[in-house]
Amino acid sequence: MAGLELLSDQGYRVDGRRAGELRKIQARMGVFAQADGSAYIEQGNTKALAVVYGPHEMRGSRSRALPDRALVNCQYSMATFSTGERKRRPHGDRKACEMGLQLRQTFEAAILTQLYPRSQIDIYVQVLQADGGNYAACVNAATLAVLDAGIPMRDFVCACSAGFVDGTALADLSHVEEAAGGPQLALALLPASGQLALLEMDARLHEDHLQQVLEAASQAARDVHALLDRVVRQHVREAALLLGD
Amino acid sequence: MLKSRTFLKKTRAGGVLKIVREHYLRDDIGCGASGCAECCSAQEGPALEPRPRDPESSLCPQPHYLLPDTNVLLHQIDILEDPIIRNVILLQTVLQEVRNRSAPVYKRIRDLISDLSKHFYTFTNEHHRETYIEQEQGENANDRNDRAIRVAAKWYNEHMKKITTDENHPQVIFITNDIKNKEKAIEEGIPAYTCEEYIKSLTANPELVDRLACLSDEGNEIESRKVLFPEHLPLSKLQQGIKSGTYLQGTFRASRENYLEATVWIHGDCEENREIIIQGLKNLNRAVHEDIVAVELLPKSQWVAPSSVVLQDEGQNGDDVEDEEEKENTLNTAINVKMLKPSGRVVGIIKRNWRPFCGMLSKSDIKESRRHLFTPADKRIPRIRIETRQASTLEGQRIIVAIDGWPKNSRYPNGHFVKNLGAVGDKETETEVLLLEHDVPHQPFSQSVLSFLPKMPWSITEEDMKNREDLRHLCVCSVDPPKCTDIDDALHCRELENGNLEVGVHIADVSHFIRPGNALDQESAKRGTTVYLCEKRIDMVPELLSSNLCSLRSNVDRLAFSCIWEMNHNAEILKTRFTKSAINSKASLTYAEAQMRIDSATMNDDITTSLRGLNKLAKILKRRRIDAGALILSSPEVRFHVDSETHDPIDLQTKELRETNSMVEEFMLLANVSVAKKIHEEFSEHALLRKHPAPPPSNYEVLIKAAKSKNLDFKTDSAKALADSLDQVESPNFPYLNTLFRILATRCMMQAVYFCSGMDNDFHHYGLASPIYTHFTSPIRRYADIIVHRLLAVAIGADSTYPDLTNKHKLADLCKNLNFRHKMAQYAQRASVAFHTQLFFKNKGIVNEEAYILFVRKNAIVVLIPKYGLEGTVFFEEKDKPKPRLAYDEEVPSLKVEDTEFHIFDKVKVKITLDSSNLQHQKIRMSLIEPQIPGISIPIDSPNSNTDEPEKKRSKLEN
Repeated sequence: MAGLELLSDQGYRVDGRRAGELRKIQARMGVFAQADGSAYIEQGNTKALAVVYGPHEMRGSRSRALPDRALVNCQYSMATFSTGERKRRPHGDRKACEMGLQLRQTFEAAILTQLYPRSQIDIYVQVLQADGGNYAACVNAATLAVLDAGIPMRDFVCACSAGFVDGTALADLSHVEEAAGGPQLALALLPASGQLALLEMDARLHEDHLQQVLEAASQAARDVHALLDRVVRQHVREAALLLGD
Repeated sequence: MLKSRTFLKKTRAGGVLKIVREHYLRDDIGCGASGCAECCSAQEGPALEPRPRDPESSLCPQPHYLLPDTNVLLHQIDILEDPIIRNVILLQTVLQEVRNRSAPVYKRIRDLISDLSKHFYTFTNEHHRETYIEQEQGENANDRNDRAIRVAAKWYNEHMKKITTDENHPQVIFITNDIKNKEKAIEEGIPAYTCEEYIKSLTANPELVDRLACLSDEGNEIESRKVLFPEHLPLSKLQQGIKSGTYLQGTFRASRENYLEATVWIHGDCEENREIIIQGLKNLNRAVHEDIVAVELLPKSQWVAPSSVVLQDEGQNGDDVEDEEEKENTLNTAINVKMLKPSGRVVGIIKRNWRPFCGMLSKSDIKESRRHLFTPADKRIPRIRIETRQASTLEGQRIIVAIDGWPKNSRYPNGHFVKNLGAVGDKETETEVLLLEHDVPHQPFSQSVLSFLPKMPWSITEEDMKNREDLRHLCVCSVDPPKCTDIDDALHCRELENGNLEVGVHIADVSHFIRPGNALDQESAKRGTTVYLCEKRIDMVPELLSSNLCSLRSNVDRLAFSCIWEMNHNAEILKTRFTKSAINSKASLTYAEAQMRIDSATMNDDITTSLRGLNKLAKILKRRRIDAGALILSSPEVRFHVDSETHDPIDLQTKELRETNSMVEEFMLLANVSVAKKIHEEFSEHALLRKHPAPPPSNYEVLIKAAKSKNLDFKTDSAKALADSLDQVESPNFPYLNTLFRILATRCMMQAVYFCSGMDNDFHHYGLASPIYTHFTSPIRRYADIIVHRLLAVAIGADSTYPDLTNKHKLADLCKNLNFRHKMAQYAQRASVAFHTQLFFKNKGIVNEEAYILFVRKNAIVVLIPKYGLEGTVFFEEKDKPKPRLAYDEEVPSLKVEDTEFHIFDKVKVKITLDSSNLQHQKIRMSLIEPQIPGISIPIDSPNSNTDEPEKKRSKLEN
């Protein structure tokens, strides 16, 4: 049996997209009333929920408090029903810890933490359905949730993944494409300044191709930004209407 | 661009796993007809002609496109490849199915698609908004795909109506061989024909019909025909059986001598029953040589012994089973319990390994008959029944036939005619046949491969000089055989300021032009090596590269990969350096020219001093190598002098060796060893190296016995000992003895092979007495060298790596292919020499020559004729003559015929004639003249008076 053809001669990917095209993105802000901020995002079949509490006083050991800025606490989990085979441990495994750490790095770079010394901001993200690009979906959801909570940020943080097949960079990998084992790059971008909040690469890729893949990923991240921006404006318009009453 | 609808596909793998995949439908996929107003998106690549002018078809006079289904593609690919068939729409559904079912067909289709003049267009129907369909309840995947194809065909027809108001708009014709599918299509209003109907309707091209694969529709055949073979079991049952051990899986190898017998080599490591004998038509059960089959062991009571009978299938069309059974009984004569071997019967075929076969047509006795039998050149392949109307034109021609199937009620497999190669005995035809039979890929390079060639005129650019040293000022020259156009190595030598010598070996930088993974690279990897035949060269890379851009010709700038040493005058290496470079060769010399320059006292230019320096160092290197135990072997190599007009061989000459030959060779060896060390140092797990295993001691028995007969004591426990032993062979009245011994020693050797360093731990090269070795110096003609170039380039940071380069399993697979190709290339080369020798003797008539005995066998002697480098067998038993008294002594070895005794290395005289009694397999026949044995040897007569003898022979056979 021949393996899957990730990119056909006609330039179509397994699911019918072209190389640079994103999956369909749908997002909503303010999905939970209890939390300070929350958002839900669907990127194709990858669905993620983000909830933000804070800034608030340090909970637990106060010694962890930072004198000059807020502590960003991120927790990542995957629902037991999120993958094809039922997951045993929804959170706390190595992968989840690593992902939490990456999210924390990403958001420490974006949130203006110095405005809230000695306090804490909690970001909880959960993947409800996983179909590739989990990190990107979580970052995008968390960005919306942080905005919903009204915490000041330098800029949106927009993330997207990219891969490399047969000399072509593919944006926004789905699970099938990730599972094929090629190189995989995750990138979180601050679109206005063009700064990178996080850049991660799995598998080996020759440096000659790096520029091309980076370019594809950042273009995809800018496309994500345009979409998220629209969602935020829509949300604000709706909220303003409610307030106006 | 993106449709907002998302479809979910559910598939089950394993059992309970549910996979959900997105499936986007698009509205921007064009129909492929160039200039179509509806789908104005820019079409790239091959497109359909807007007004297809197809061959005249009586069925559909309108212009039309063809839309074949999967089975048509799989089985009738020979037809589609014909230049007459153009403007074909390939659906994505169809292509995917083909891809899953047959990789070779898929590759051929991709080549077709990339050929712009064929106008094949791939329509991505699965992602088109209007042609995507979902699997319905109760519908299986095949039915769903058939329906998807019909939906797409229908859409196309409506689309064509829409885009032209013209009455005479192009039609899309659905081609399917499935009757039900065709009926359904016609119901839905799609013009549909079977492949046969359509091809037969092409009134202008009747010859295409013969290329149709005849897939016997079981329904059409008369049911009453006798079933000759047991049914094959389905794959699922076979797999169960293999798992449980009731059946064994193995490769089927038919016997050359006996068409009713075959052996199956069982896969896996089980010690016993590795080889199973299958006897009788029913037990062979339609398996063909090289198929992977499942066999069932028979109970011990039914075990048989391999028979020594030679049987050829000579039946003519008849399906008489009684006849066969009679013949089968003749096999079971040997009743010696010790001889019995595990026997079995084939219960099913796991994988067919059918390829197109070369051979000749044996015309049916009935004049008007359209069914004829085809006899393949390879005796292990059964005869094939084909249907053709051009039997009379095909008679006496070499043709290619492909097998389509073997129904259980047919004595022979059914096949179809593919190609006519030409007349038997014709030089080009025979060359084609030997290339095909040795599986040497020799088709012209496809468009997609050629598209990766650099554009002409080519020159070195700034970009090329990155990571590259400019060595154009050096006095580099190349030394090669005369008329060599693929020069892949050049040398230089100069004195440095510190008194040391700088020696450089510059190898054509082929890896610069062949980038990993592209079609050009894949094609070269597949070919593996350039094949040199007597009058033809089958290139591994397209000619533009092999004879121009990569060939290090004189006075042009060329890219090279250089290996530069700093040596002292004692040829000790002080420093080794590798670099990519640009060179400009100052002269391309032949061996003779170079030799002349070195010897001539008057010449003192740069090139000549450089050559002298090289020659001096080479001599030291060679002595050192031989001291270390390298073997100097010999094989009778001949070269044909070819008539420049007719290209017929007019004379033979054994190859001459000059000092300069060994000079070049010495530096190539040195470069190979240096590179091998470097890449192994850098990539201990995935360096591509070459090893030559030491032969097992038993291989040397013949040599030791031969030495004993000449009162010599041979030591073969190490290469060094063997080399010394070979050197001591000297006989004042028999100067050729040393060469004979060396030829014999060559026969004892093992085959040298490529391997991946991570998969093996014995690197030793026995023949060269080097602990590590690889091939670096001939990238134009060997693919292994290209990989080594890439590895070395990565090691010195001059080029980028890629995943497959550092994957040892992929590398091991590659080595396997390369070793196979090299072996096949060698066989093809030998076959080519043999054919030319035949031609030579055909022109020359009958010749008497002196020969030496090389081997003594039970009923024959193998002799070598030094003048022609020709080896042949003299048989002492002939079919219709009384058997002579033969006494064979295995220990000496010697053979006593009547009263004359033959020993190894004895000098004899033989008569050489061409035996053309079997048109398909002509061969050289040798018969003994001296010493004279009454009744065996033939009287000496002048060769010329006897030239009509072969004619007589032939006429006798015709009676």
